[in-house]
Amino acid sequence: MLEQHLAALPILIPLLAAPITFILGRSWFTWLFATSTSALACFFSWHLLAAALSDGVLSYALGGWPPPWGIELRVDTANAFVLLAVSTLSTLVLVYAKDSIEKEIEASKHSLFYTAHLLCLAGLSGMLLTGDAFNLFVFLEVSSLATYTLVSLASDRRCLTAAFRYLVMGTIGATFILIGVGMLYMMTGTLNMLDLASRIDVYESSRTINTGMAFIIVGVSIKLALFPLHMWLPPAYTYAPSAVSAFLASTATKVAVYVMIRFIFTVFEVEHVFEEMRMDLILMVLAIVAIFKSSYTAIVQSNVKTVLAYSSVAQIGYMILGLSLVSVTGLMASFIHIFNHALMKGALFMAVGAVFYRVGSVDIKAFRGLGKQMPLTMAAFTIAGLSIIGVPLTVGFISKWYLVTAALEQNHWVIAALVLAGSLLAVVYIGRVIEAAYFQEPTESQAHNKIKEVPWLMLTPMWVLVLANIYFGVDTSLTTEAANAASEWLFQNTEMATTRQEVIK
Amino acid sequence: MNFILDHYNYWITIILMMAGFYIVISANNLVKKIVGLNVFQVSVFLLYITMGKVSGGTAPIVVDGATQYSNPLPHVLILTAIVVGVATTAVGLALIVRIKGAYGTVEENEFKDQDDAI
Repeated sequence: MLEQHLAALPILIPLLAAPITFILGRSWFTWLFATSTSALACFFSWHLLAAALSDGVLSYALGGWPPPWGIELRVDTANAFVLLAVSTLSTLVLVYAKDSIEKEIEASKHSLFYTAHLLCLAGLSGMLLTGDAFNLFVFLEVSSLATYTLVSLASDRRCLTAAFRYLVMGTIGATFILIGVGMLYMMTGTLNMLDLASRIDVYESSRTINTGMAFIIVGVSIKLALFPLHMWLPPAYTYAPSAVSAFLASTATKVAVYVMIRFIFTVFEVEHVFEEMRMDLILMVLAIVAIFKSSYTAIVQSNVKTVLAYSSVAQIGYMILGLSLVSVTGLMASFIHIFNHALMKGALFMAVGAVFYRVGSVDIKAFRGLGKQMPLTMAAFTIAGLSIIGVPLTVGFISKWYLVTAALEQNHWVIAALVLAGSLLAVVYIGRVIEAAYFQEPTESQAHNKIKEVPWLMLTPMWVLVLANIYFGVDTSLTTEAANAASEWLFQNTEMATTRQEVIK
Repeated sequence: MNFILDHYNYWITIILMMAGFYIVISANNLVKKIVGLNVFQVSVFLLYITMGKVSGGTAPIVVDGATQYSNPLPHVLILTAIVVGVATTAVGLALIVRIKGAYGTVEENEFKDQDDAI
């Protein structure tokens, strides 16, 4: 019974649990309930990935209406892999959130935080699993609306304007996707992604399809904060509560990257998007500018959360760069970086949230001397920071390795050099924080108050992520196997589609 | 001339879309931004609704004498999109209420000045 409905469970469980957390109100039981819900969703997504790796594609007709008429959930290695990262991060962040939100969110809003978090998780899982273009828009809005609420929960009033800005940009992005999907529907009369893919071939040079593609790619680019459409991201991540920043930075934009991959590879043909429309050039240039401009901006910030937010924009640049190389290795580098970046940014934002918990500020001055006062937190920050830089034995190295390999495969020497130069900028912005923590004396006011280590409930998830950073940096079998299966599957599929088309012609 | 008249529904969509988009970008007042966002979204609703019309088709209800029916699916999709739009507007307005409470103003340049002053 459960086996049969496995594909729908990661969406349904958090969606049904969300209103219950609201009813439960303010108590530790709400936290326990929300965390176990998320853990359950994580357990089922683990099963989904195992099923996808062994059996290939799982198709589930929602409500028993067969595709292409009904809404189809399609699970393959690509989305099961990202889903596992999203639900794992969500569970760890919820464990961390119990103490963290005590200091950052008013007590009366605690149950709202859990409700919005679970709704966001349900929306993100839906975006990943759905095989229907319009349904994707609906889940995108479910997760986005929950995200705006989450950002606005912080006690700093600037979070409100950040959330509003995010709402305006996010809605424009989502509406662009809606226009694009409408144009595709106008030409093909279907919304199922596979069905769309098989019918779009016929209209290869149609202007409507191309316009629809442009709308969808720009809309998704707003959602994934591709330079120069990233302006909503830094304020939103800076002023949101730390637990929210940790969750959003490691999941929300990654899911949007996945949506971009899905549209380009499954719905539109790779040859059409990259060879005829030359989207790869546009994406490549924007990705490289994102890496350098955002890393540079990160260097000159004084608020450490803003530093990490700009670093996120730069890291998204790496993911898009991998995608724009149009090869199995490049796509694989993107998938690996989606997973790995979730591990690093989650740990970094958690460490910064821990500093806020004890010191009450995330300005770089507040980090002075913390290496002695909060040794475990700062050690976590350092290791995750090294991972962002891409030091060997951390996951960051694995991502960069595959990205550079993919660039060299096609003799893009300049791009390989630029990727490495981008890492040097990361050394500077992470290094500034580490230097303040270990080599500077604490300010007088900080030296007087005894600053202790944070509660173990905050340290545990942070260190789980840090150890995962090292573990997956040494033993890469799970990530590379899943990412390789996903990217080969996506490429094979398009090849199959083209050969089928040639036979018909 | 015929080109404009034949596709008048698309022209209306485009004009509304651009007007809404312009308001979102240029308005200083947050409530006006939300209004612009709504106009922008409604233009897309119109785009969907007009694409469901089949020339000579009637409403998709089985009656004697009707052979051609309009496509009901885009209308159903737009019902969903309208709900999403209403929810977005509600969240946006709720945020504006809280911004007004925190800053005492809903003019973008005024609360930016207040933030910069810190």
